[in-house]
Amino acid sequence: MKYIISTLLTLAIAVGIASPVQAKRGSDGQLNLLYWQAPSTMNPNLSGGTKELEASSVVLEPLGRYDENGNLLPWLAEVIPTVANGGISKDLTTITWKIKKGIKWSDGSALTADDAVFTYEYCSNPDTGCTQSNYWNDIKSVKAVNSRTVKIEFTVPKPFPYAPFVGYNAPILQKAQFDGCQGAKAQECTEQNFHPIGTGPFKVVDFKPNDVIVFEANPNYRDTSKPAFGKLVFKGGGDAVSAARAVLETGEMDYAWNLQVEPEILIKMEQGGRGKVVSAFGTSVERLMVNFTNPDPSLGDMRSEYIGGNNNRNAHPYLSDYNVRRALSLAIDRQVLVDAGYGKAGKISCNVLPAPAIYASSANDECKTPNVAEANRLLDAAGWKRGSDGVRQKGGVRISILYQTSTNSVRQATQAFIKEMWKQIGVETELRNLSASVFFGGDISSPDTYQKFFTDIEMYTNNFSGTDPQTYMSNWTCKEMAQKRNKWGGNNMPRWCSPAYDALSAKMSISSAMKDRIRLTKEMNDMLMQDYAMIPLIHRGNVSAHSNTLSGVRMNPWDSELWNIADWTRK
Amino acid sequence: MIHYIFRRTLIAIPTLLVISFIIFAILDLAPNDPTGNLPMTVPPEVRAKIRSSLGLDEPMHIRFGLWLVQFCVNEPLNLLHEGFGISIGDAENRTRILSWATRSPVVDLIIQRTPQTLWVVGLSYLFGILIAIPIGIVSAYRQYSWFDQVGTFISMVGFSVPTFFTGMVAIIIFSVQLRWFPMIYDTTLVVDSWQNFVSQVKQMIMPVAVLALYNASQLSRFMRASILDNLNLDYVRTARAKGRSERAVLLIHVLRNSLIPVVTLIALGIPTIFSGAIITEQIFRVNGLGQLLIIAIEGADIPLVQTLTFIFAVLIVFFNLIADVVYGILDPRIRYD
Amino acid sequence: MTENTQSTEIAGDERFPEEELETLTQHRSLWGDVWRQFRKHKGAMAGVIVFIFITLAVSLGPLIQGIEPSAINFSERNFGPTLAHPLGTDNIGHDTLAQMLAGGQVSLAVGFSAMLIALLLGTLIGVLAGFIKSLDGPLMRLTDLFLALPILPLLLVIILLFRDTLRTLYGPEAGIFMLIVFVIGITSWMHTARIVRSDVLGIKEREFVIAAHSIGTRKRRIIFRHILPNILSPIMVSATLGIANAIITESALSFLGLGFPPDFPTWGRLLYDGANFIQITPARVIWPGLFIALTVLSVNYIGDGLRDALDPRLRGR
Repeated sequence: MKYIISTLLTLAIAVGIASPVQAKRGSDGQLNLLYWQAPSTMNPNLSGGTKELEASSVVLEPLGRYDENGNLLPWLAEVIPTVANGGISKDLTTITWKIKKGIKWSDGSALTADDAVFTYEYCSNPDTGCTQSNYWNDIKSVKAVNSRTVKIEFTVPKPFPYAPFVGYNAPILQKAQFDGCQGAKAQECTEQNFHPIGTGPFKVVDFKPNDVIVFEANPNYRDTSKPAFGKLVFKGGGDAVSAARAVLETGEMDYAWNLQVEPEILIKMEQGGRGKVVSAFGTSVERLMVNFTNPDPSLGDMRSEYIGGNNNRNAHPYLSDYNVRRALSLAIDRQVLVDAGYGKAGKISCNVLPAPAIYASSANDECKTPNVAEANRLLDAAGWKRGSDGVRQKGGVRISILYQTSTNSVRQATQAFIKEMWKQIGVETELRNLSASVFFGGDISSPDTYQKFFTDIEMYTNNFSGTDPQTYMSNWTCKEMAQKRNKWGGNNMPRWCSPAYDALSAKMSISSAMKDRIRLTKEMNDMLMQDYAMIPLIHRGNVSAHSNTLSGVRMNPWDSELWNIADWTRK
Repeated sequence: MIHYIFRRTLIAIPTLLVISFIIFAILDLAPNDPTGNLPMTVPPEVRAKIRSSLGLDEPMHIRFGLWLVQFCVNEPLNLLHEGFGISIGDAENRTRILSWATRSPVVDLIIQRTPQTLWVVGLSYLFGILIAIPIGIVSAYRQYSWFDQVGTFISMVGFSVPTFFTGMVAIIIFSVQLRWFPMIYDTTLVVDSWQNFVSQVKQMIMPVAVLALYNASQLSRFMRASILDNLNLDYVRTARAKGRSERAVLLIHVLRNSLIPVVTLIALGIPTIFSGAIITEQIFRVNGLGQLLIIAIEGADIPLVQTLTFIFAVLIVFFNLIADVVYGILDPRIRYD
Repeated sequence: MTENTQSTEIAGDERFPEEELETLTQHRSLWGDVWRQFRKHKGAMAGVIVFIFITLAVSLGPLIQGIEPSAINFSERNFGPTLAHPLGTDNIGHDTLAQMLAGGQVSLAVGFSAMLIALLLGTLIGVLAGFIKSLDGPLMRLTDLFLALPILPLLLVIILLFRDTLRTLYGPEAGIFMLIVFVIGITSWMHTARIVRSDVLGIKEREFVIAAHSIGTRKRRIIFRHILPNILSPIMVSATLGIANAIITESALSFLGLGFPPDFPTWGRLLYDGANFIQITPARVIWPGLFIALTVLSVNYIGDGLRDALDPRLRGR
């Protein structure tokens, strides 16, 4: 008898060990994340940057979100509404979302459509100062048809209506908690802003702004076996290199976000074998903006102003010459820039719109190979002769470029390379770098903002969220030009204007067929690239690092990097 | 002396008012903007709305006046209410100074950060003093001996090599290679057991050592110079002639007189505990007041910068007065009145 | 300080043989004495030699080496020391030695100019505050104001106001140089001023000053002849600390985008840029750090020697 029992016991133990460990909620202990830019609030609607959106995404969830390939998945909703399944009306003005059954807030109460309606009212209230309010544009009304159905009515037909309640920019807030915090009161609801109640896998235990956030597993999360980690510590501060070090060399942290670091440093750290560097490509393109207007300081008020129908009164002295722009682009060896500054986290980009792949044009790929000889030939033929100092000039105008960007070691390296490359075609360059909060600040009294563009060339990265490029491509229409009269609030920094482009953009806003949208996007992209309104350099990916003991990470450039943190486990 | 203290305290008030106004003007003129760190995808109309919700549309003198009232009246009343339970006026609806980045009261942020700042930066200042004084004394007494040469070399390296470098080297040696100490400071660690106490010490050693080296380097040079000045004075020769032991001469007569300028230096350096360790705090992620200040400046968070800088100004004026008073008491030759 | 010793000839006196008379009649000036005492100070002489070596290296070195500091060779990045690149290269392809030499010129120039401005301002304000009672209050309040100013926003404002004008008048590099030296100078004088003032307050009550005052010596003469030479000690220490502080502050400014253009090497910048690469190309960090420390060390020893040489109690011992 004893023999049988012990055999059975041994068998049971053996089976228990051999079978895959069924993770229980909290069984993997503590997870440590390191975001070197520390979040200052947990309310994404009052966020100061991507870091707040990431932090809040483990607590607050949207109806639908993007996976790592850009596919739209139903998250809190049952299905993604489409015209085919009746979720979107045929005239494209309404969309109806149906919420899954049985979803509870972390305090035990049920999620209802009223919470969704409240979220819309919270952000669209003009006194709230909501940073995500452009996700709630063109909405006529949001109604709760029943406790689990939300109906959104737009003021114009929307071929792509997936902005509200989709992604980490527009999650649902709990009405019971945030009621009374709308409008001007949003500033004072510190308790709610720091400890939002959500449906996500974690809930906030302690929030120290710009320092550390402590979470614990949400007891009312819909999947009882998840999350595998009982405690989550979200530490912030410091710089990117030491963040990489904490994961890859000392192992104190499990995950580090946004490692904008030279590739050789990351490679060396990875050799230690404790962690892995992962990257994913979204829509970010580092590009050179070309100023089509004259930024000469002696023009005073008229610096970088677009005057006249075909801009012949304040045209840039040399950048308005197509040959000069093309020569500048031909002289750049983009592979060197990628190797020196980005490594795995960058690819050459010849388009201002590199992704999603269906929209990427292949008409401009000649930029992948530099051609200094052709650049020199073009400039010679156009009459730009080298002077005694080696700098090309024509009619008293020297090609001397003032090139600005923000302070960042990789950007400064890129500047150094490009300066040297342009020297080979007889172009003189002066480099300038400015603190990011000044360059991107938009302060009207500062002459150094990227909107004012008081230099000849500027460099930065732009992108768009989600997968639909319509708003992004409309950035370069004539009415978007950043000028004094709109307080430099436009998105068209090069001050490039083409009626043909404007027509294409207008057409895209009324085309609903996918093949038409793809064709129009490619045409607009090619028009910009072939006139060298901008010179694209690098398609930048997001780079993070995680410990080798962590599994389940699916690096996502379209949504939060922590989108599937409920599925992460310790190996 | 009392008369002097009284006069100085009275003058401090208009001085601080002028200082706070100049600081506010500089912050306002500075070309950075609170919406500067928002992602590119946020359009300009939204940014304009955010700015007006922060109150940036008001003219400068109104904003300054508002801040002044909030700082001088509302915040102290709030402190009385929360700290001591004394309520004067409407406790619930008092407008407090709010940080633009976190939308939470500035004073709460400051109170939250003070413990780690005092522990790490304060301790390092103390250790710096405790190391610098003996080193300065021995270096001066045995001028040009090997101790002096080595000490001089180390202190030169100590203050000419910036703390970001020494901090980084310390991390690479002690955290990465030897794995003795953690490189990230855990601000949530509560010291309630022996185990936690050991962890707290372990995570404090590197930042405290790096800062103490920097402080000690500077202070030891002044200590040495001060002792050298005194070692050749007549009263030292008299004491020796009277037959006092070298030890007594050095530690009783010379040290007391040499400490006078050094003590004033120490008093002047105390405000820097709160604002000066910015880089070290960032490297080790100690996330104290220095890091708060630098984040606020980069994010153009004017209420937070204004309040923090003004508190530093008050500390500076206060400790300058203390330094002057101490100097007046210790050195009988000084006359203020 | 004692007056010049004039010898009197005592002819025909057996107590004074001819040779000794010769020595006695040699003109011995104050500064000659100082130099003689200075020469005896081994550390100071070493400091002078090291300092002259560094200055010569950075002025003549670029001419000897012949590589432009901004020359980039894409295929030679992150090299260790080789024949063609004795100190290796950085991650962009610059030759580290060329950058060190060119950077030295800028760092030394910035360090010394800024330090001189801070020293002059600090000493001036400290002496005035200590010596003239009516100026003490206002000047010390001014010091409090400058101590309380937040440096970073102040810098942003100054650069905003002056950069373009200076750039058009003097060219980008010279304009920024003036701006940086000015900014560092006006934000580092406070410490020196306080220390100098403390010392002046003490010396002012000493007997020889009271004696000088009582024989009718004018205030200016008292300051230059009696007070200044006796407060040299803290001034020298401040000078040493000031150079190190200026070089490092310049690198911090570049980090914030408020300094020289990014392709303009300085030792502080080289140190800062190279810090992250310490495990890949350590030479890149060690050399700038070493040279900053050496510069500071040599100035320190020179200061030590000067102070000893100017101290009448030590001279001639």
